[in-house]
Amino acid sequence: MPFALLKYGLNGDFPFEKDADLPPPVSLKKRYDVVIIGGGGHGVATAYYLAKYHGITNVAVLEKGYLGGGNTARNTAVIRSNYLTSDGVKFYSESVKLFQNLSNEFDFNIMYSKRGQLTLAHTDAAIRGFRQRTEVNKHFGGKTELIGPKEIKELVPTLNMNPGHQPVLAGLWHMDGATARHDAVAWGYAKGATQRGVELHQLTEVTDVVVENGKVTAVKAKQGSVDHIIECGVVVQAVAGHSSLLAEKAGFRLPITTYPLQAMVTQPVKPFLDPLVSSPAFHCYVQQTGRGELVFGGGSDPYPLYNSRSTLELKEELLAHAVELFPFMANLKLMRQWTGLTDMTSDYSPIMGESPVQNYYLDAGWGTWGFKATPICGKTMAELVATGKTPSLIKPFGAERFNDFRQVNEMGATAASH
Amino acid sequence: MKVMTCPLNGPRNINEFVFGGEVTPLPDLQAPDQAWAEHTFYSYNGTGVVREWWFHSASGYWFVAERDRTTDQIIKTYDPSELAADIRTAMLDVDRKMFGVERKTEEVAP
Ligand SMILES: Cc1cc2nc3c(=O)[nH]c(=O)nc-3n(C[C@H](O)[C@H](O)[C@H](O)COP(=O)(O)OP(=O)(O)OC[C@H]3O[C@@H](n4cnc5c(N)ncnc54)[C@H](O)[C@@H]3O)c2cc1C
Repeated sequence: MPFALLKYGLNGDFPFEKDADLPPPVSLKKRYDVVIIGGGGHGVATAYYLAKYHGITNVAVLEKGYLGGGNTARNTAVIRSNYLTSDGVKFYSESVKLFQNLSNEFDFNIMYSKRGQLTLAHTDAAIRGFRQRTEVNKHFGGKTELIGPKEIKELVPTLNMNPGHQPVLAGLWHMDGATARHDAVAWGYAKGATQRGVELHQLTEVTDVVVENGKVTAVKAKQGSVDHIIECGVVVQAVAGHSSLLAEKAGFRLPITTYPLQAMVTQPVKPFLDPLVSSPAFHCYVQQTGRGELVFGGGSDPYPLYNSRSTLELKEELLAHAVELFPFMANLKLMRQWTGLTDMTSDYSPIMGESPVQNYYLDAGWGTWGFKATPICGKTMAELVATGKTPSLIKPFGAERFNDFRQVNEMGATAASH
Repeated sequence: MKVMTCPLNGPRNINEFVFGGEVTPLPDLQAPDQAWAEHTFYSYNGTGVVREWWFHSASGYWFVAERDRTTDQIIKTYDPSELAADIRTAMLDVDRKMFGVERKTEEVAP
């Protein structure tokens, strides 16, 4: 084989990914059938499935910064489907299935790594909640079981089973729990979409939405100091933390509040932690990356803000909790810390589907948990755009649920686990 | 450490306070569900200076803060009795209808 390797290394096909890069930028056209605002994972995935499944390629993705530079490249990449409601479990487990095949589909490694996710119960009430989630998962998708301290100890020998005054009583063991390289997901979708004719315009900020007789007809955008008016048939907004600001330009409000979410990572150490571990009671989750670093985070900041600053308060709280769960972490150095702006809904479920403006579709309210949903969001939003009909998988997530007081409550299954 | 000045207790660690949402007048109790849904879920959530409810948990005291949602600068904090008359009137209205209590404007401390 070494000879074949040498031959391959020397021939003209090396490196083998000739089209590893995105096509060079082109000028904006006057009109597109579909304009997608936001070049995060959700935006480019929508473009990809529009082109791939529906043959709709006169599409522009407009991104004010760079591809995946928003929450897509800031998240801690937890992928799971162990939610609480049947609507949630059905939706997220479909996404996990799509994720499992993405590297093959892209012919590009997204480093999908199935590790299992362990959520800890420190109270009887938490155990009851876990039992319910185990049952719902059994019926609607996702492999999840309730396990006791003995099994927990086997899965994570380094875990402190008696942290503070809250001993670990049981665990929700979600075998489908996984992580992936988040920017590779955005790049895979963007490459697949642009190869099929979609245009990705980075450094292009949408500054206004033109609505005539209740219907969207164009968006205004800025590239540097140059203003453009881009006519369009349909608009999809997928701008995460900026959802309310953009909706206001389209003339309506959203049931969303924007909070910063912070995460951090330590120096690398030997591999010791296979599953993703999270404790809702401690507002903390910890996982080890393929490089050995410990990535950890908690819930959103305690009050709303449009600023990706980091705070001492959060570090103090999060570190204290992480060290209680894994005492030896006290000896590690923090390497980096960062923040993203999360668009939180009060029921911890997304807002997907139609908006008060005709032909203006929403993919918002993804808060602290939307990375795992990237594939299924793209697929269902593309179907909505192509057919004009809301796919049944996302019907429960329409914004109207807030007007009818029919929330899809995933708070307990989301808060500190993402 | 970020510090917030409580109108009752003076400057304290921000950790002692709980954010309580934007200050908006309550709808009439007889108002349709839509009005209540809007009040409950559809906040302004924009940038710039926003008037907000805050709670000092140690002393159980609610007050109002004006805070810049982009810089996180706390512009000022004050007792709810200093709220503009229209908001206080709306709150007194709820007292009357919901609890049958008549209160003076100065007594409003939700
Ligand atoms: C610290 C942190 C940890 C997280 N951990 C997890 C996790 O473990 N698991 C999980 O599933 N989820 C997690 N999330 C949530 C997840 O990252 C998001 O829900 C998801 O990435 C949203 O994807 P998106 O494509 O909608 O948004 P983004 O990737 O944020 O993309 C939106 C894009 O819109 C652009 N934009 C905004 N306004 C405009 C405009 N006017 N014109 C043009 N472009 C605009 C932005 O620049 C941005 O690039 C986490 C988030 C954070 C911040």
